[in-house]
Amino acid sequence: MTGHILQALSAREMERGPSQQTDSPQWKHWKLAEGEQGIVWLTFDKQDTSANVVSTEVLEELEAILEKLHLQPPKGLVIRSTKASGFCLGADIGEFRKLESRDEAAEKLARAHEVVNRLDNASYTTVAVIHGACLGGGLELALACNYRIAVPGAKLGFPEVKLGLHPGLGGTARLTRLIDPMEAMTLMLTGKTVPHQKAEKLGMVDQVVEERHVASAVAAAVAGDIDPAGHGLRGRVLSTRPARQLETRQMRSKAAEKAPPEHYPAPEALIRLWEEHGGDDEAMLRAEVDSFAELLMTDTSRNLVRVFFLQETMKGLTRTEAEPVNHIHVVGAGEMGADIAGWCAYNGLSVTLFDMEPEKVAAAVAKLADLCNRKHRTPAQRRDILDRLTPDFGNHGIEHADLVLEAVPEKVEIKQKVYEEAEARMKDSAILATNTSSIPLETLRDKLKDPGRLVGLHFFNPVAMMPLVEVVSHDKVKQAIVKRAMAFTGQIDRLPAPVTTAPGFLVNRVLTPYLVEAMVMLDEGIAAETIDREAEKFGMPVGPVELADQVGLDICLSVANMLRDRLDTPMPPPPAWLEEKVENGDLGKKTGKGLYHWKKGKAEKESKVADAPDDTIDRLLLPMLNACRACLREQVIESEDLADGAMIFGTGFAPFRGGPMAYARKWGSADIRQALEALANRYGDRFGPDPGWAEDESGRSSEQS
Amino acid sequence: MTATKEKESSTPKATNKRGTSARRVYLVDGARTPFLKARGRPGPFSPVDLAVQCGRPLLMRQGIPADAYDQVILGCVNVIPTEMNPARVAALRLGMGEAMPAFTVQINCGSGMQSLDTAYKYIREGGSDLILAGGTEALSHAPMVLSRDAVEWLADFNSASSPGDYARQVTGFSPGDFKPEISLEQGLTDPIAGLSMGQTAEVLAQQFNISRKAADEYAVSSHQRLARAADEGWLDDEVIPAVAPDGTLYKYDDGVRPDSSVEKLAGLKPVFEPPHGKVTAGNSSQVTDGASWMILASEEAVKKYGLEPKAVIVDSEWSALDPKIMGLGPVLSASAILRRQGSGLNDIDLWEINEAFAAQVLACLEAWDDPEFSRAAFGTDKPLGRLDPERLNVDGGAVAIGHPVGTSGNRIVLHLMNALRRKGLKQGIATECIGGGQSGAMMIEAL
Repeated sequence: MTGHILQALSAREMERGPSQQTDSPQWKHWKLAEGEQGIVWLTFDKQDTSANVVSTEVLEELEAILEKLHLQPPKGLVIRSTKASGFCLGADIGEFRKLESRDEAAEKLARAHEVVNRLDNASYTTVAVIHGACLGGGLELALACNYRIAVPGAKLGFPEVKLGLHPGLGGTARLTRLIDPMEAMTLMLTGKTVPHQKAEKLGMVDQVVEERHVASAVAAAVAGDIDPAGHGLRGRVLSTRPARQLETRQMRSKAAEKAPPEHYPAPEALIRLWEEHGGDDEAMLRAEVDSFAELLMTDTSRNLVRVFFLQETMKGLTRTEAEPVNHIHVVGAGEMGADIAGWCAYNGLSVTLFDMEPEKVAAAVAKLADLCNRKHRTPAQRRDILDRLTPDFGNHGIEHADLVLEAVPEKVEIKQKVYEEAEARMKDSAILATNTSSIPLETLRDKLKDPGRLVGLHFFNPVAMMPLVEVVSHDKVKQAIVKRAMAFTGQIDRLPAPVTTAPGFLVNRVLTPYLVEAMVMLDEGIAAETIDREAEKFGMPVGPVELADQVGLDICLSVANMLRDRLDTPMPPPPAWLEEKVENGDLGKKTGKGLYHWKKGKAEKESKVADAPDDTIDRLLLPMLNACRACLREQVIESEDLADGAMIFGTGFAPFRGGPMAYARKWGSADIRQALEALANRYGDRFGPDPGWAEDESGRSSEQS
Repeated sequence: MTATKEKESSTPKATNKRGTSARRVYLVDGARTPFLKARGRPGPFSPVDLAVQCGRPLLMRQGIPADAYDQVILGCVNVIPTEMNPARVAALRLGMGEAMPAFTVQINCGSGMQSLDTAYKYIREGGSDLILAGGTEALSHAPMVLSRDAVEWLADFNSASSPGDYARQVTGFSPGDFKPEISLEQGLTDPIAGLSMGQTAEVLAQQFNISRKAADEYAVSSHQRLARAADEGWLDDEVIPAVAPDGTLYKYDDGVRPDSSVEKLAGLKPVFEPPHGKVTAGNSSQVTDGASWMILASEEAVKKYGLEPKAVIVDSEWSALDPKIMGLGPVLSASAILRRQGSGLNDIDLWEINEAFAAQVLACLEAWDDPEFSRAAFGTDKPLGRLDPERLNVDGGAVAIGHPVGTSGNRIVLHLMNALRRKGLKQGIATECIGGGQSGAMMIEAL
């Protein structure tokens, strides 16, 4: 909460150094100004963007500036960003995509290294002032300075590993030199960012000061009155190769657990880099260039970079002109309603939550408190978050909310009753949203006076973990409502996938054939562990059998039955034993027993099981691709990119594969069609290829001709 | 100013003490938390937590924009160090905006009524149009305090400068000094009279010849009346369930004992003046946590936001007398109102007298009917008479519900308003005795 007076004054808080520019502004992204005591302030403010990134042009300008300073060295140089978003988000990833060969990448990188090395070797004292995000290439610039001064709220890290890369602008050498190399490696291997306190503790920053003391801290640093954060004893102990090799063994196994090296080569490349060159800066810097260029050309990195841009595209959908939602009223405090309400409160919205059963509302409060604890919120943050979730035993929130979200059981009559009450009492401008996963919105909007205000907001379980929300439209929905719903997903840090109200929308429609096929395999006597292992080998976060248990067998069964009823695509009937399990209440993880036995939230699995038949992964995967193709053909979702984004962010579909359609693209439509036909001949017409494959083939060939 | 004049002439005039005409002040709505008995350890809610628990839904159901209020006034006696001005902390946590002036009032057991009275006067005099006024208290959070000797010792220890100094300090340590005291016990002892509150009730029991049996009978009826009100749903609008961060749902006042009986209560030992005293835990108010808010509005605010007020404040009064007989305070403050309004005791439809102690309430009733008391207090031999017990605390009181000291004054006005409306009655007076020898009274009229 910030009032208008503080807001007006806040702009004064940032220390921008001397106001007088030294030169007429000849640089687009940097400004140079000479201050007191021979300290020069270089402010980083990349043109026409809200956040700084390190691009070729940024580095070229920096080089020219460093050359100028070399000729007339100041006593000290301060580098800081004047963007509200922080110091710098990292390298300009867009430029990576244009690099076509390993050599081209290496050459470009070597040039960039020269600039940063030059900063590192400056004859005067250099100080980086860090606020907000200081990531990747941004952190590498800061590491090349003599001092780093952080402002509270700063977040530092190397997220490169999430793009299938490791730091490439000298970070591998400079961070392992600066701080305990084991801590440095952990940071780079996990891609985690650390807040200012932790960064200070690790020695990544020399001092943390409030913005109002930045100028004094800079002066102290330049005067030599700040002790540089020392590199620990560990660094010296690990200066021999055998000593490092002892450490890397464990590092390797830990990394492999999180990211199998056959799919994710970056961690291994990083470990090797340090193992071979740790302590020898020059050699490590040289080797880093080659290793980075190599990684950049891998499919994994290319796909992960693409996923990064998919995410940006989806985030872009949330930036609309629509009025923000300040207050959301949730009707229904079941598992989904409770978690959606909690997540909205967590993300700063005012929330009222109503349910006929007050105990459920109370349980939702406890779940939110748990979330705050899991996310290490301070007691004050937790208090504010919990204060934003009002248990609304009287259902009074309807009248005041900007968005009324219905999350009651999947029964048309119950939902329509909720709408009837809501519509009569809602603000005229408010959105009515449903979290339904199985009822067509055409049915739900049937009795509304203004059907145009109903939109689907289909969240995934668990809400706090799954970034996707399907924003479901129907024939009568107002586009303004859809836009505002999309903006709302952005407000709560979720990614929207706009879909139409076809059965199962996109995600469930695509995922279900995969789960159903796993059930058929179980029926054939293939072990659950075998099936799951094959899917995990492909790169899925969990196998389909375990996933079915996590989702809940009851839900899987009802979604499968709904799709079988409503789609023309053939789907095998559920095995009798599955229906029996559901009837007996063995629903999976939530009841402790399903297809697996669950203990402490983990499935108990046999480690030694038979090998899977050769066609296992095709049988699991191709029906997914087939359903995805059908959704595109039916225009349930607009583009292959969005379909891939939805499956990755909604189900965790192996991200390094780039999503189902990227994977299909790699195979080629013709090959997929043939593979499906072969499976159809062997196993039945549920594998019949969607007509979309053939259309795509002919479309592509006509484009080429 | 013609518009104002028109308005004043079109509505019935309220009169202040000096007989000048003033603006009408409406009670729009109110809500409280369930009152939760202190069970020997800090309860689930701090004072401001409690205020937020009932404040959020109250603001929500009235739907006036939260930042449209002019100010927030909150009564609270035992303020905890992390919430030094609980009114302001509550206002901010309730999302009423950074520009919301908020202050805390403290007059012991009258604090929750003091907030209403202060709000009443701000609005009446034209300074404000819309005020959220409440009371909150978490007696279970009353801090443990160290003896003065222990604090002195700590100060010396912290300023010790050499190992020798430390050694001398440590040898001077006496564990007995560090036995913490619960500040609440100190707080409930009158520093002038040197008596605990319970002892002041013993004084009244003796002066007005209240028997142990009469006090116990009164206590049983308090429990029975509250239990009935809760069962009948008469409190549904007034009490809003509270939810602790661990997901526990607190739906009801948990001190009520519907199965209480005179026989059971007879078995309890006197707590304040054993072994011969008459005041027991069973016929005293309970030590309890709870909060209550009411929304007060001017005519302008009522029109502007389309509010449907439930009552109007007619009059209020504060009185004081010797701390030793603080429990008689209500007789003074309520009588002053009656005199001003030209009413007799039983002209008032319903009464709420806060049940600090059963014996104390009964002593008030006796005092009203006591010529000697009347002569001393009012200079007349003709007492006001006997208050019909069917008009008094019709749905029970603090003996059953509990007495979160900063809250009770607010609760009795809130409940009086709701009870008058439920029964289709008009006028009511709520009044409480106040530790230290004071009392407050407020007269309202249901709309």
